[in-house]
Amino acid sequence: MLYALLIYENPEDFARRESSIESEAYAGAWRAYHRALLDAGIFVGGKPLDAPETATTVRLRDSKREIQDGPYANTKEQLGGFTLLELPSLDAALEWAARCPAASYGTVEVRPIAVEIEPRVTVANSNS
Amino acid sequence: MSPLQTRTHESAHRAVEAVARESYGRLVALLATRTRDIAGAEDALADALVAALTVWPRDGIPNNPQAWLLTAARNRLLDHARHQQVHEHSTPTLRLMTREFDETTDPDRWPDERLKLLFVCAHPAIDPNIHTPLMLQTVLGLDAVAIGRALLVAPKTIGQRLVRAKTKIRQARIAFEIPTPDQISERLEPVLNAIYAAFGNSWEDSSGADQRVTELGQEAIWLARVLREQIPDDPEVRGLLALMLYCEARRPARRSAEGRFVPLSEQNPKDWRMPMIEEAEGELTAAFQMRRPGRYQIEASIQSVHVERAQTGRTDSAAIADFYDQLMQLAPSIGGAVAHAAAHAEVRGPEVGLTLLDQIDSQAVISYQPYWAVRAHLLRQLSRPHAAAEAYDRAIGLSEDSAVRAFLTERRNRLTPQ
Repeated sequence: MLYALLIYENPEDFARRESSIESEAYAGAWRAYHRALLDAGIFVGGKPLDAPETATTVRLRDSKREIQDGPYANTKEQLGGFTLLELPSLDAALEWAARCPAASYGTVEVRPIAVEIEPRVTVANSNS
Repeated sequence: MSPLQTRTHESAHRAVEAVARESYGRLVALLATRTRDIAGAEDALADALVAALTVWPRDGIPNNPQAWLLTAARNRLLDHARHQQVHEHSTPTLRLMTREFDETTDPDRWPDERLKLLFVCAHPAIDPNIHTPLMLQTVLGLDAVAIGRALLVAPKTIGQRLVRAKTKIRQARIAFEIPTPDQISERLEPVLNAIYAAFGNSWEDSSGADQRVTELGQEAIWLARVLREQIPDDPEVRGLLALMLYCEARRPARRSAEGRFVPLSEQNPKDWRMPMIEEAEGELTAAFQMRRPGRYQIEASIQSVHVERAQTGRTDSAAIADFYDQLMQLAPSIGGAVAHAAAHAEVRGPEVGLTLLDQIDSQAVISYQPYWAVRAHLLRQLSRPHAAAEAYDRAIGLSEDSAVRAFLTERRNRLTPQ
């Protein structure tokens, strides 16, 4: 089964990526987590996302394009990245979500990948 | 509502909460042992608690809240049976129960059926993975959300598994009875394991403290006390209780005032809860006098050696290594094997410890955090900073607790390259 871990972070967490004092511990924890996913042989794909202020949203309404600066959801916690994992069960996915560094400071949402979508399409370019 | 009414209302609410907390398991056990239907008993008790929330603020808190709830719940069950117009086999037993409890309104004189409930929850016919959640729900009254949080399982999943298990108990007509003396030790083992699983297996020092364990520690100890009251002459029951008390006693010392992780060897014994340790010593001594060794007594003995440091100022590592040898003989496990290697490293040096770690099945430890934490520690002692850094990274990546992660990161960053 494929599970997505959707990682939500606060503005301060996005800022931490840039801060030189904290980024060592922050990056270290993420590097180690990523290593653990690879070693367990469950990592299918995933990437961190740039800060929400770099987002642009697009809608078509009555054939008119609506382009807007900023992320879709106007909330404090924003999607900061995603990871796709191949795991036997939801229980296992929750266990890996708990180990995710973001579980300690943000929120990790676990979602099974919908079955009707051919999963391997997403895999092709993800191991770069 | 007038202020007086509000106060009455609040105190009635608190009374309902208190009696639910105190007596949930006893009442479910009393009902379910007579109907063999845990879900039905829980539903009836839930209805009775809801009724109490309306009736008690209006009519006042009854003199005997437990008896009130039991009567209300039993009436629900009888109503339900009548409604279905099937003369279920449990109806006569329920009628009998009416007489039984009307004559004895003092709840202290009611039979304590929780032990039967514990044996049903950890019955060999029930999936072992559901033993612990079943106990937490039926004996302690925790809901699926709380159980899910404690055991890191989705509440909906837990809810479904609990329903399935209860259906099986009812349909397979699993008996609510205490096993016969020749069966008891065999049947007791899964009960003890389920209680210990609630406590949390991750008490090896390297694996670190865990928020979920904190919430469940007290509940697990409470279950073990229930068991000890009812089966005082089983040494493993006392061994398990001692083991959990020793660990619980050290809990406050696992974090510094600033919230940093403190490994066992660096804990200040002044931060340990001595009364709890004394209780543990009493239980373990009583267990030893029965002269039937077992896994939990050995694990408790290891903890006992650790806490001796409060008196002697030193840790008898050789004794700990001996106990781990015994544990590996009696009840081998991955966690035990890692701790066994760490214990021998203390006595015979990091090289020996590393050799023992290498003997563990490498597939089984890929995602096992304590293995990598111990390995990193030993490689650091052997002045192999590159290999140590790799192992630290693995341990950091597998840690759930941010304080443990910070502790390991700090150790890793202190490594000096050769």
